[in-house]
Amino acid sequence: MTAVYEPWDETRGAEIIAEHANREGATLVILHALQEAFGYVPEAAIPMVAQALNLSRAEVHGVFTFYHDFRHKPAGRHVLKLCRAEACQAAGGDALAARAEARLGVSLGHTTADDRVTLEPIYCLGLCATAPSAMLDGRLVGRLDEKRLDALVAEAQR
Amino acid sequence: MSVRLFVSRDAGAVAVGADEVALALEKAAAKRGVAIEIIRTGSRGLYWLEPLVEVATPQGRIAFGPVTESDVPSLLDALASNTPHLLRLGATDEIPWLKRQTRLTFARCGVIDPRSLDDYRAHGGYKGLERALSLGSDAILTEVTASGLRGRGGAGFPTGIKWKTVAQAKADRKFIVCNADEGDSGTFADRMIMEGDPFLVIEGMTTSGITVGATKGYIYIRSEYPHAVEAMNAAIVAARRGGYLGDKIGGSTYSFDMEVRVGAGAYVCGEETSLLESLEGRRGLVRAKPPLPAHHGLFGKPTVINNVLSFAAIPFILAEGAKAYADFGMGRSRGTMPIQLAGNIRHGGLFETAFGVTLGELVDDIGGGTFTGRPVRAVQVGGPLGAYFPRALFDTPFDYEAFAARDGLIGHGGIVVFDDSVDMRKQARFAMEFCAIESCGKCTPCRIGSTRGVETIEKIIRGDRVSENLALVEDLCNTMKFGSLCALGGFTPYPVLSALKHFREDFVPAPTTLQAAE
Repeated sequence: MTAVYEPWDETRGAEIIAEHANREGATLVILHALQEAFGYVPEAAIPMVAQALNLSRAEVHGVFTFYHDFRHKPAGRHVLKLCRAEACQAAGGDALAARAEARLGVSLGHTTADDRVTLEPIYCLGLCATAPSAMLDGRLVGRLDEKRLDALVAEAQR
Repeated sequence: MSVRLFVSRDAGAVAVGADEVALALEKAAAKRGVAIEIIRTGSRGLYWLEPLVEVATPQGRIAFGPVTESDVPSLLDALASNTPHLLRLGATDEIPWLKRQTRLTFARCGVIDPRSLDDYRAHGGYKGLERALSLGSDAILTEVTASGLRGRGGAGFPTGIKWKTVAQAKADRKFIVCNADEGDSGTFADRMIMEGDPFLVIEGMTTSGITVGATKGYIYIRSEYPHAVEAMNAAIVAARRGGYLGDKIGGSTYSFDMEVRVGAGAYVCGEETSLLESLEGRRGLVRAKPPLPAHHGLFGKPTVINNVLSFAAIPFILAEGAKAYADFGMGRSRGTMPIQLAGNIRHGGLFETAFGVTLGELVDDIGGGTFTGRPVRAVQVGGPLGAYFPRALFDTPFDYEAFAARDGLIGHGGIVVFDDSVDMRKQARFAMEFCAIESCGKCTPCRIGSTRGVETIEKIIRGDRVSENLALVEDLCNTMKFGSLCALGGFTPYPVLSALKHFREDFVPAPTTLQAAE
């Protein structure tokens, strides 16, 4: 299922920030909440977070860029994550990743030109006994093979 | 009377269709007018048999697996007429793979409903905390120390000593932090226990809180584990409602509460000081030690920071006594270790057993070799920072010291199996690449060394001055090993050097025999 996000809105952004600003060590909590609402963390939100937490803009930017999860622009309509860590490598994950790249015409870490699919590597979904594994928009799939991967790719392209 | 069925809600089972099977069972039963009750448990850890369906009978639970949606009608037929079924595995507890384990920490996982506090209590839950409340801090410390429990995150530091240090520290606030940033590939024990028996983790953390005098706990769960986040959050709410979190726990004078914090995709945050920085809302830059977190931890306050499995071992130790735990194991590795068999393996899953079992038993006997059917060539033990062992080292007993003596580590207990199609140059290159991607950037050997490592291994792969570059990689590994601030840069040399040492033939092409001149 495609996640539905709100368009960026400053007032709504300020509400989300205010909701969590009083928690201890709130920066990550707020960045997560913003991304959950808007699908990414808009540039305009960074100084707002900084002001709410009495931090410099550079500090918040630094936190935002340190973590792989946070996006500075919206992802494609679907996000297909392929586990690329050792357990999945041992179970044939390399060939499947190459197959997904070829089918979608993008390399890992990129979004298709029609903005339909973002293909990303993920380093371990913790499904290492049913490897290789993937996640399509939050739905987990284990024991991936060519057939299952093709079905996932087709579903993402719809 | 309705038939009680058990289907796992564990992410690993859901990934192979457990939700679809549960739904199909419900629909098919409704259509037939058969009353059934489906209880969604955690996983038993026999992942090659997932989705596993268990049926309650007067003789105990009977298991079927792996079940697909299309098996559901025939499964219900077999249940109704009490006739044999192709997927019938017999009594769950008698399945040899499960029966030969020693499940102390994972005793309830896959058995109970992880959303039910009553179910947890009915299966011995909170007995440990009740005893802890009657013992008081000093006596709890004596028990935990006597159990010989060592940090299950990988470093193996004695838990009792860590707790005692925090208990003795004077401060206005202290914290309990649970490290659930289980980022190592090949490991999933933390995820399983959080999803399958979350109250156990809460009980362990609460016990730690009353022991050291902390009233607030955080569990830092990686964002790649949304099911675990959901399960822990639900359990925290239920524990609070049941009087097991908050003021006056279990009617005592102690107070303790906790909350979940979610990571954001940084592997290095599994390192304890990086995790503390992240919890404080900063970049996950590793801190130099000392000061130790026990003295100067979260928000500068004395902090117990332990792995999920360390906290999860505590309730058994307190309920059954230190000796009952310490009686298992070998040498200085006491108790049991939840070992995770992963990668290219026939019988992958969670195998909890006393320390001392050999690597060969785990991989060949228990794991059943590879699922591709090809010979096992290499196993990586302990995650991306663990060494690659060849078959020649399969006599190594699973024990902190035995692995260290052979330039390896058990880490968090994950074993990833590779068959003979593996190219160890690629694995060595990946170890460096992963370190380069995940380095926090604070220290030079890790930040720069890993990138230079990737480049140099690529030269070796291209056949560019191979022996010179091999010497360079070895030299670089030594710099990283002894010069890095934390285990990310410091241990990345383990997979690289072990690949070079045990699988040299992959790096140095066999000399080509010259054809005799005509």
